[in-house]
Amino acid sequence: MKAELNEQALLKGLAQNDSKAVETLYKSHFAMIQHFVENNNGSFDDARDVFQEAMIALYEKVQLDSFVLTCQIKTYLFSICKHLWLKRLHQMGKYSSPLNAHEESISVETDMGMFEKKEAAFAIMDRALNSLGEPCKSLLEGYYINKKGMQELANQFGYTNADNTKNQKYKCLMRLKKLFFAQYNIGD
Amino acid sequence: MEDIQLLETIERYLSGEMSSEEMIQFELTRKNTSEIDQMVVEHKLFLHQMEAYAQRKNVQQTSQQTFNHLLAEGEWSPIELELPKYKVIQLWTKYKKTIAIAASFGGFIAIFTSLLVMYLSPSLNGSQLLQLSKAVDVIKKNQQAQGHLLNEVKSKVPENAKLISGGSGFLIDTKGFIITNAHVLKGDGAIVIDSKGQELNATIIYSDINNDLALLKIEDKDYIQPKSIPYSIRHKISDLGEEIFTLGFPRNDYDIVYGKGYLSAQTGYEGDSNSYQIQISANPGYSGAPIFNSKGELIGVISTRQKLIEGVAFAVKSTKIFEVINELKNDKKTKNLNLKLSKYTSLNSAGRKAQLEQLKNYMFSIRSFN
Repeated sequence: MKAELNEQALLKGLAQNDSKAVETLYKSHFAMIQHFVENNNGSFDDARDVFQEAMIALYEKVQLDSFVLTCQIKTYLFSICKHLWLKRLHQMGKYSSPLNAHEESISVETDMGMFEKKEAAFAIMDRALNSLGEPCKSLLEGYYINKKGMQELANQFGYTNADNTKNQKYKCLMRLKKLFFAQYNIGD
Repeated sequence: MEDIQLLETIERYLSGEMSSEEMIQFELTRKNTSEIDQMVVEHKLFLHQMEAYAQRKNVQQTSQQTFNHLLAEGEWSPIELELPKYKVIQLWTKYKKTIAIAASFGGFIAIFTSLLVMYLSPSLNGSQLLQLSKAVDVIKKNQQAQGHLLNEVKSKVPENAKLISGGSGFLIDTKGFIITNAHVLKGDGAIVIDSKGQELNATIIYSDINNDLALLKIEDKDYIQPKSIPYSIRHKISDLGEEIFTLGFPRNDYDIVYGKGYLSAQTGYEGDSNSYQIQISANPGYSGAPIFNSKGELIGVISTRQKLIEGVAFAVKSTKIFEVINELKNDKKTKNLNLKLSKYTSLNSAGRKAQLEQLKNYMFSIRSFN
């Protein structure tokens, strides 16, 4: 019962992007993934990449209103990492079955389908933002990601007042939206 | 209403910052103007995506920072890179005599045929490949152009020495070990110059003409050891079409130059399996410059380019660096060098500009003299 409560607290922390919770998750589970990836044709860097993606997948799952975790965090993270690593091995054409794995795992197909959709949207936004150039990129990131106020941004970028910053932000935003919607499809 | 004000209003509406009266008013406008209604729907979708992007970005960052922090504290240790010891050595001792006899016959035949070919063939058109080391006159010219600079700070090149060749190189061990091409070091001595223009004395430790790789060690009191090296050396073959970039000193010793391209073949000139063919505009002086993939892993070392085709260059595969290091470990004279390579790369999530800002501290211009 106590362990279960701890897991709930951890997930709650992760949902708020709390660095203590993230650290605990890394400390408790990364070694397992490192072991798994390194024993299946991968490197330490590969393990790091896969685990980071799994953390994002878990984070996005926790955000959902319908969120329920029907197994231990450990099992869930391992299942996602296994799925991601298998996929990457396939892409590299290095798939060798059976995998060396001693951990229990569950099916994560549905979750992964959703994760991939979000990942695709993320990539489109990322490309769009990066092709904006400066100062547009940093200005919009400051406003929408770091949630800074207009006056703060004016000071940071050296605009004489908040209104000028607003003007500039508007122009940048129009460019970004155009770039984003040129790539983004609601359907798939 | 002006567009900019309209958008501001929509943002306020969507974020729930409006008073209830204002909200009723705005919803009425929305109902009556389909254009505005469309804009609201579109912007809502956009803001939703933006929020998802922001969240993912923030989690990525927390995760990355936590990982780097724990790694630095020694929470995990990556597996040591142990290369298999080659069996060839044993076979060699076993069949030494047989091989010697066979080789002398072979040698005889080879010399005979090549003499015959040389005698019979018309004079060759010269090699199809161009080594990318800096020609002496380029170095001289730069020296003259920067003459006043060189006079102010006394150069570390010995006074009567003659500059012979030059190129680029990069650090692989914080103790001051630098990898470059063997053909960059045509003289007996060498100095290296960091991206800030500081000259440092170096000794040539190893040079392998066949693989076109060489190892230098900085031995200078002015050398400041960095804490760690932010890139690892890839011990697997890289994929076709992979995006790559390089940093080198093709122009002079002070201006580092960035170049971007892609891996165009997994073998080099005439199918040479020790190198890659890459698409990048490589100029003399790029010899010995590192090739990185977009994650910031080191995957090769630029060495030559094809003479007649612009943009096609060749790079020694990073796996060859491991072979060289292995060889050094097995040699009595060099086994105490205690080379330690960086085992992971900390550049993978940084943007290109941030990557370059870091990387340039580990790049050196190299000059060799007699």
